[in-house]
Amino acid sequence: MRVQMEINGIRTESNTDATTLLSDFIREEAGLTGTHAGCDTSNCGACTVLLDGRVVKSCTVLAVQAAGRKVTTIEGLGDANDLSPVQYAFWKKHGLQCGFCTPGMIVSAYALLQRNPDPDEEEIRNALAGNLCRCTGYVKIVESVRYAAKLTREGKTPFRAAARRRKEGEIHGPPGESL
Amino acid sequence: MILHPFEYHAPETLEEAVDLAEKYGEDSKFLAGGQSLIPLMKLGLFSSGHVIDLGRVRGLDHIRKEDGVLAIGGLAKMADIEGSRLVEQACPALTDCAVSIADPLVRNMGPIGGNVCHADPANDVPAVAVASGAEMVLVGRQGERRMKAQQFFLDTFTTAAGRGEVLKEIRFDAERCRGSAYIKLQLQATDFAIVGAAARLWVHDGTVGECGIGLTGVGPTVLHPKKAEGAVQGSRLGTDAFSRAAELAAAEARPVSDLRGTAEYKQEMAKVVTRRALENALKRAGGGRR
Repeated sequence: MRVQMEINGIRTESNTDATTLLSDFIREEAGLTGTHAGCDTSNCGACTVLLDGRVVKSCTVLAVQAAGRKVTTIEGLGDANDLSPVQYAFWKKHGLQCGFCTPGMIVSAYALLQRNPDPDEEEIRNALAGNLCRCTGYVKIVESVRYAAKLTREGKTPFRAAARRRKEGEIHGPPGESL
Repeated sequence: MILHPFEYHAPETLEEAVDLAEKYGEDSKFLAGGQSLIPLMKLGLFSSGHVIDLGRVRGLDHIRKEDGVLAIGGLAKMADIEGSRLVEQACPALTDCAVSIADPLVRNMGPIGGNVCHADPANDVPAVAVASGAEMVLVGRQGERRMKAQQFFLDTFTTAAGRGEVLKEIRFDAERCRGSAYIKLQLQATDFAIVGAAARLWVHDGTVGECGIGLTGVGPTVLHPKKAEGAVQGSRLGTDAFSRAAELAAAEARPVSDLRGTAEYKQEMAKVVTRRALENALKRAGGGRR
């Protein structure tokens, strides 16, 4: 069947089976592999995306359920040359180790900060209850989200500023190195 | 991955949904949010030739108070129920219950109607519905009919809703559900209940005018311990009726041993959660400390 949806602002259309999961549609039809299929049993949250602005597990949504709706994946928040504040905060505060759960963590954290710009630790932990990390023990993740909240509240985009300075030849080296 | 193919239908009105279910009969299944159904289809534990997605039916996701009744549409998301002041004031047990279900991602996708109609004995909303004496509004080919939650849950995955009937609304008496609470014992934050208990007390002139109790995870379907309710109903506040009710509720419980605990442990915990739920319900009913 013909399924069409908007992914990160781009209209995506494909012939797909009714059985296709949104996570598979995003990875295979749209070619966006930042959305990870971790457990595929609705437990881990690595596949977290925004569906019409609300976080869901894309492995537990049929692609056809998302037809005609807006999907935002980790790629829609920023890229390696232009990290969004939440992505930058996870990098700066070491909110990850192996990184597999990180796209889901960041999308959930982004959604939290959209509705609550100054969450306390309990609110952060509640918002991330559906996103499992088997490496970090969550301390650095919570720290990252608090830092992202601070950057967002202050309207700061340090990574973007550094990228601009690098482009203008003021600083050298790989992205992030001189921050 | 879902292996068994199906045809997908996305009706936009209740009438269309009911017609489709009538047309495909036994080979069809309603999908509300899919948070239970999709995992079951992936595991190959469930398949159906026709999946009828109710997610696009309009006007069924309301949460409103009308004439002293909290009316919740079958497609209201658990996340919206959890954040509703109206729900918290009219039936706080439902708020306790909503925040305890799975995680925010699941609650954003899953509506209350799915939780109720799936009738998994591990689901939490049925216990609150039974304790609250909620009214279930069903719509089918023959029109609308209403029944009490106590009559709705028949067995594991089995309700009194007929083929092609959709749960349109759940109604809670706001005055009589104000003194209510849900207690869920869990291994970890996003897990199903080891056991759970919902309790509701309507206090009148220093006496319990009405008591409702419902238990999660201690039998083939939600447990409605009538004897336990009877022990509290009509009792004066400050008596030891709660301990007696907890004993009676646990005596009716038929838990099975699994990874979440032994049957013996669950039986004992049924007592504990029932008493705690009653105590919280009393505080909210304005009964103060006992």
